Amino acid sequence: MGNIVEINNLTKIFGDGDKSVKALDDINLSIQEGSFTSIIGGSGCGKSTMLRIIGGLDTEYDGKVLVDGENVASPSREKGFIFQDHRLLPWLTVKENIRFSLPKEEKKNDELIKKHLAIVGLADFEDAYPKQLSGGMAQRVAIARALANKPKILLLDEPFGALDAITKVNLQEQLLKIWQREGITMIIVTHDIDEAVYLGQKVVVMTPRPGRVKKVYDVNIGTMRVRTGEPFTAARDKIYKEFFKETELPFTYNI
Amino acid sequence: MAAVLPNLTKESAMEEKKKKGVGYWLLYIALPLTVMIVWEGFALAGKLKPYALPKPGKIVETTVEYIQNGQLFTNIGVSVLLVLEGFFLAFIAAFTVGIGVTIFPKFDTFTDLVIQILKPIPPIAWIPLAILWFGIGQDSKIFIIFIGAVFPIFLNTADGVRTIDKKYFELARVYETPKNQLVTKIIIPGALPSILTGIRLGLGNAWVSVVAAEMIGATKGVGYMLSNGRSLSRPDIVILGMLLVGIFGKLMDDFVRFLRKKIIKWN
Repeated sequence: MGNIVEINNLTKIFGDGDKSVKALDDINLSIQEGSFTSIIGGSGCGKSTMLRIIGGLDTEYDGKVLVDGENVASPSREKGFIFQDHRLLPWLTVKENIRFSLPKEEKKNDELIKKHLAIVGLADFEDAYPKQLSGGMAQRVAIARALANKPKILLLDEPFGALDAITKVNLQEQLLKIWQREGITMIIVTHDIDEAVYLGQKVVVMTPRPGRVKKVYDVNIGTMRVRTGEPFTAARDKIYKEFFKETELPFTYNI
Repeated sequence: MAAVLPNLTKESAMEEKKKKGVGYWLLYIALPLTVMIVWEGFALAGKLKPYALPKPGKIVETTVEYIQNGQLFTNIGVSVLLVLEGFFLAFIAAFTVGIGVTIFPKFDTFTDLVIQILKPIPPIAWIPLAILWFGIGQDSKIFIIFIGAVFPIFLNTADGVRTIDKKYFELARVYETPKNQLVTKIIIPGALPSILTGIRLGLGNAWVSVVAAEMIGATKGVGYMLSNGRSLSRPDIVILGMLLVGIFGKLMDDFVRFLRKKIIKWN
């Protein structure tokens, strides 16, 4: 399969004149269709900015960004985007939140809504309001909402960053299963090394000031992921060292 | 399975019921009751001049008299109808313009100066013009009420839309939401709590305006009761009129708060 994302000489500068900050500096990256890629880096390395550019949420940059062979001009349903917050509309029930996202011809398709709620294991919660859901459940609804729109690519911007450790692991498992079943290209931005290694076939390590791609690792721990054992630990250690060497400091989470 | 969900509304309703026992209601009426007793006491001691402040019993008498001869319902009915008419027109105008200025920045710029200058002018300042334009009939009063109610509703509507979290508009971009749905699914529900606050303030102002307008030129209504009571040196009529405004104002506010609870189920 070909590349669904092609990034060539991508540079992004925030502000202008003396106060300008180079958020991304000459990024080159290609992502294969159907693959799962993790992008990891400390805060301020531009990883979220890059994801937003791929998703069409930010369209002011220099360089070339192609998704599915086309220049990205705006966000679209084809480029599913999962934010760190679940971003469900508080005044709509779970079912209506998904209906809100659907294209005109699918608005009345209750089956489609039910099917995708079932995928994330929330079939019984269609009439609940977001406030009645836990953080993890709400984020699952957000994933169901994105999937119901049949995206070609799913972009996840620190989707589990605000969740507790156990919920986080559960959602990672679910996401991996969805990826294996649906074959959607997924790109996740994270600052959690375990998450990056567990989910990604490729781990893109970025460094800040200016945001650059430092290295791209292939993580070969097989399709059936295991969090323990030699292959996982070895892959994780390599990336840990990447950060220690870089900053001479123990890696800390930036939440 | 739905039972797993915490039923937020039921829980809070139960909590409220628990709070409102006999003790609650006793405390609730303690202050007005005390005022009445002290007032009656002063009257019995002969410390009150009946032409300035009658004893509570006299007000009760007048109330009964006004109910029997139908004047109470005629007067309050006229005022309630005026308030509703003026308020309704104000709501339509304020809601439309309030949403309009937030969606179309050019419309905002176009209308801003006029709105900002008209806003500080109190409704009573409009009475002379209203009489010149609409005569001393009901139309001029509806106009005064309109002026009184329109600005709080407008301001709270526009403010409500402007304080909707920008992240929901970003979400709408991702899902290519058409403009009409942006209004019906994000802008209006997002601004609704603030709009309802505007409605409560607007209704309050509508009562202020109706009393002012009726005191100046009217032959019916609660404002007329006030001015008529003064010219007849009947403070009991004046106080009855004031109480009617207070009670009906509170009832309308209660109704809006009830609506708010019914409509805003998501909080």
